[in-house]
Amino acid sequence: MSSVSDAVSPPALKPGRIDEFDTLAPSPKALMRRRARSHIGLIIGASLLAFVVIVAIFAPLLAPYDPYAQDLTRRLVDPVWGPKGTWENIFGTDALGRDVLSRLMYGARISLLIGFTAAVIAGIIGATLGILGGYFGGRVDSFIVYLINVKLALPVILIALSVSSISGGSIPALIILLGFLTWDRYAVVTRSMTQQMREREFIMSSLAAGASHTRIIMREIFPNLLNQIIVIASLDMALIILIEAALSFLGLGVRPPMPSWGLMVSEGRAVMFFKPYLIMIPGAAIFLLVIAINMAGDGIRDVTSPEGRG
Amino acid sequence: MTAAVLSAPAPQAAAGEPLALETRDLTKEFRIGRKWYSSGQPLRAVDGVSLSLRKGEVLAIVGESGCGKTTLSRLMLGLQQPSAGEIFVGGEPLTNVDRKVFSRRVQPVFQDPYSSLNPRKTIGEIIRDPLQIHRIGTSAEQNAEVEAIMERVGLARRLIHSYPSQLSGGQRQRVAIARALVIKPEIIICDEPTSALDVSVQAQILNLLQSLREQMNLTYLFISHDLSVVEYMSDYVAVMYLGRIVEAGPAAEVLRAPRHPYTRALLSSILTADPGLGLPEVNLGRGFPDPLNPPNGCRFHPRCVDALDKCATVMPRRIVSGSELIECHLHDTAATD
Repeated sequence: MSSVSDAVSPPALKPGRIDEFDTLAPSPKALMRRRARSHIGLIIGASLLAFVVIVAIFAPLLAPYDPYAQDLTRRLVDPVWGPKGTWENIFGTDALGRDVLSRLMYGARISLLIGFTAAVIAGIIGATLGILGGYFGGRVDSFIVYLINVKLALPVILIALSVSSISGGSIPALIILLGFLTWDRYAVVTRSMTQQMREREFIMSSLAAGASHTRIIMREIFPNLLNQIIVIASLDMALIILIEAALSFLGLGVRPPMPSWGLMVSEGRAVMFFKPYLIMIPGAAIFLLVIAINMAGDGIRDVTSPEGRG
Repeated sequence: MTAAVLSAPAPQAAAGEPLALETRDLTKEFRIGRKWYSSGQPLRAVDGVSLSLRKGEVLAIVGESGCGKTTLSRLMLGLQQPSAGEIFVGGEPLTNVDRKVFSRRVQPVFQDPYSSLNPRKTIGEIIRDPLQIHRIGTSAEQNAEVEAIMERVGLARRLIHSYPSQLSGGQRQRVAIARALVIKPEIIICDEPTSALDVSVQAQILNLLQSLREQMNLTYLFISHDLSVVEYMSDYVAVMYLGRIVEAGPAAEVLRAPRHPYTRALLSSILTADPGLGLPEVNLGRGFPDPLNPPNGCRFHPRCVDALDKCATVMPRRIVSGSELIECHLHDTAATD
């Protein structure tokens, strides 16, 4: 080091210590925060998602009516922008006189609960299989690739329909079913990433230092996969919400009178030509939630691993 | 001076002190294109390598890329299982030594400092990891140990919370060295520790390795393709070609008076500092042979300028005299016909 830079270095540094640079490059976390603040897609998606989550959590406080209360004297009331709409029922009422806004708020709970927990179950199954296959290779991997292929060959909607028609559409059964039907994406991605990482020298170093396979998987491999797992989970959650809506629409998901968005579309079907708002409002809710989750997931990927993107 | 390189079976060192590391006829065969219906084509990456490394010495293994150096280092680190032959650590067969015990004696420094550090861990976490694996000391003692070793390898203390992506190549290689040394091993296996670095940084890392060796009484197995680095670092040199050791001996002998035509070609390939001289004439002819389909006879004969007729058919014997080894018909005086 030249005497010039010695003169610039702060007095706190003891002489004799090695300090090539006095300013440190911003840490990866600081850079990540910087990218997150300027990512419009992430901000919109995350705010929208946060809004839905807050509404779902505080539905009992926010909802103007009981979502199950029927009022046969006020059936099929138009929403506030309709010809006979009033501010009493902002989104109108359905064929049984229930308030659509209240049902929508309670429905958000069901969509989010099923979407989140099923995505977590799928993530646990898929990531475990993917990491084990990618890490151990050989016969373990052949078996796991076989499982993935079998899973990919299954028609998701068909299986979901038949199993939920047997199980009777209870929510826990639905969650487990959807978790077991969508783990393949996690497995495919984590397996190939683990395979690449397996050959990297930091894994070799850890092995040479005497680390157990469990330690290497948990401490070296898993932290490197976490971002990708979160991104897949967001896509998976959106997919699960759509499947749940489809199942409920077909009458094989959530049972009436529970307020599921898919079920609301299904119930509005009978009068869709006269009161199209009954399918448009829950349809728009599904659309907005799914797009919010996808935007947030894309944003997380851009923000956490910008290196792999153009 | 006892032999650095011996033919199998090697006698134990006369002084009674066991060899730090020894291999006997070590062979590693890979199967390429293995499917459930075929066992694949054999590829012998390491073929009958017998080496011995005494405490405090530096043995360099030289050869061009693809000759099996890295496979040899992974075998000696216990990261891959040999197909045949044995490895001894301090006189004990590796198969009898617990992996954790072994790791406290032998540690690696790898070639690529960009791939050898986990990008999600801080420098402090990376260096502390071996201490945690072996449950050495309390948390405070581990911290002190990490700081001491960082200072020793020339890393500023404030880097302890940095991530590898914030460090230069030379700093990363210092981290890799610190991680290897933190559990105080006896032997360091350096697999091309400087080939991914700038020339100016290379010298710093080599000097660091030299001074650490003196301070901590380390034994190095030093793998390189760069003969000028080898000349600077090592006591003994073994030249590897297509999985076999073709010439070995004390560094001064092998590098000053090379006998095997391959060693001579390697030496003539050293680039000089004078750009006016152009690229040196190496006389190696065609490219590296296909290791899946090695030549008959001497494996080097298709590229050898001095090849005899029998080189194409007869495999040369391994001739050992004192601390020197050679595998070449040109130097096989016993078979004169």
